[in-house]
Amino acid sequence: MDNIVSVQNVSKVYDNGFQALKNINLNIRRGEILALLGPNGAGKTTLISTITGIVNHTSGHILVDGFDNKKQFRETRRRIGLVPQELTIGAFETVWNTVRFSRGLFGKHYDVNLITSLLEKLSLLDKKDDQLRMLSGGMKRRVLIAKALSHEPMILFLDEPTAGVDVELRKDMWHVISELQAQGVTIILTTHYIEEAEEIADRIGVINNGELMLVEDKDVLMSQLGKKQLIIDLKGATKELPSSIKSRNIELSSDGLTITYTYDINADAVGITSLLQQLKDNGLVLKDLNTKQSSLEEIFVGLVKDSSSSRKNQ
Amino acid sequence: MNINAIAVIYRAEMMRAVNTLFQTIASPVISTSLYFVVFGSAIGSRIETIDGVSYGLFIVPGLTMLTLLTQSISNASFGIYFPKFTGTIYEILSAPLSFHEALIGYVGAAATKSLVVGTIILLTASLFVEMRIEHPVWMLVFLFLTCITFSLFGFIIGIWADSFEKLQIVPILVITPLVFLGGSFYSINMLPPFWQTVSFFNPVVYLVSGFRWSFFEVSDVNVWTSFSVIAIFLVLCLAMVSWMFRTGYKLRQ
Repeated sequence: MDNIVSVQNVSKVYDNGFQALKNINLNIRRGEILALLGPNGAGKTTLISTITGIVNHTSGHILVDGFDNKKQFRETRRRIGLVPQELTIGAFETVWNTVRFSRGLFGKHYDVNLITSLLEKLSLLDKKDDQLRMLSGGMKRRVLIAKALSHEPMILFLDEPTAGVDVELRKDMWHVISELQAQGVTIILTTHYIEEAEEIADRIGVINNGELMLVEDKDVLMSQLGKKQLIIDLKGATKELPSSIKSRNIELSSDGLTITYTYDINADAVGITSLLQQLKDNGLVLKDLNTKQSSLEEIFVGLVKDSSSSRKNQ
Repeated sequence: MNINAIAVIYRAEMMRAVNTLFQTIASPVISTSLYFVVFGSAIGSRIETIDGVSYGLFIVPGLTMLTLLTQSISNASFGIYFPKFTGTIYEILSAPLSFHEALIGYVGAAATKSLVVGTIILLTASLFVEMRIEHPVWMLVFLFLTCITFSLFGFIIGIWADSFEKLQIVPILVITPLVFLGGSFYSINMLPPFWQTVSFFNPVVYLVSGFRWSFFEVSDVNVWTSFSVIAIFLVLCLAMVSWMFRTGYKLRQ
């Protein structure tokens, strides 16, 4: 697989001694959408900042499309667009001028047609002469995306792109991101919204305490770590589970009306048939059945919790 | 070299002045007029001449230098501090341009704005006194050097400052007193010997003196000494900026 970004043994220690990144190794594939998940302060923004050149890494190497991001910073930076987490945007410039400014910063000539089409795509064309301070938060977010795309980058970093935007706008953003991917842009996004990663990402990276805990195809991650639950509603309450089916994977609700069986979807025999048979043999009458697959959020919380508890034990 | 980047930074900075055009033009015109009313007419009417130059005319170079210094510093310091304050500096840091290219854009715009203001002051002054410039080339040299050097100095302050208070400290507590005590409105020769000696430790004395010499051939120190002092200050500022860029001081962690 062709890697467009290669992060090799990168660490970052800030002047105050805080180690934000610990020996990170990450390859980002050309044309993919990679979602970086992690709690606040995990190192997501620092990782993006080191790749984009805003922060100097303390050790290691970062290659962007084969170029070293320190020694050949002009080559690497002109390939990258960045949408920051905060709505860091001026106040008195117009939408048009700020996008024009960003394009020029990246060494590109003023191009009326390109800026027009970009603003149109992001539903900003009717706001082109508005001052930035007049825009809503969602519109400002779109302007930041327009600025990041103004120099036609091949890699786009989105640091929490949908933080604080309403559901409708979030879905619009997902649509824009998918369109960009279709045009060949590689997209790396950090997010707190697990459903966002679940919805649009090809691969998921989980970062916690400066360590990259895993990077995996979303579907593989879901199937490897995903657990499924069979929830059985009983017609009448039972005081305890029959001894033949007692196991730690089966729980009875406190009201005695629901049995929850957690199983591994990858197991050869998941045991549902025998469970149902045993319930029948013990005279329990079923009212309803449904299944629930664990979400990425549950996987993520589990991973972060495991990492925290293993650190405490060390 | 990323010429387009330099051009857009320069343009954006100049647009800020254009957007506040009235303030940019009216402020120096009004303050210069007030100085002429207070110093030129009220006080100047009681002082006949200084070194053969009428007092109203004598204060023109000092008055221009006072505004050039403060404008250059405030324009350049605000220009780089504001993106740091709002966070928009991320664009500069992640763009394919070197710090030196950013410097040319910011300092070039700040110096240009100061030059415009300096020209407005000289034009306003010519409404009050009959202007006389003996050495126009030297006048332009001092004008350009002062604008560039103090814009560089302002740029350094803008990088160093991490609050609006710090941004104001140096111009208010250091530059303004130095300019007022730097012979802007009087000749150093008018001071008692002790204060004359003290004044020669004030670098602004050399600036004002050299600039005044270009107008009337009247100076407190030799013109080459004045030129050397400002050239040394320029080199010091360049060295400081170079160090800041090399280490990423308060710009890139």
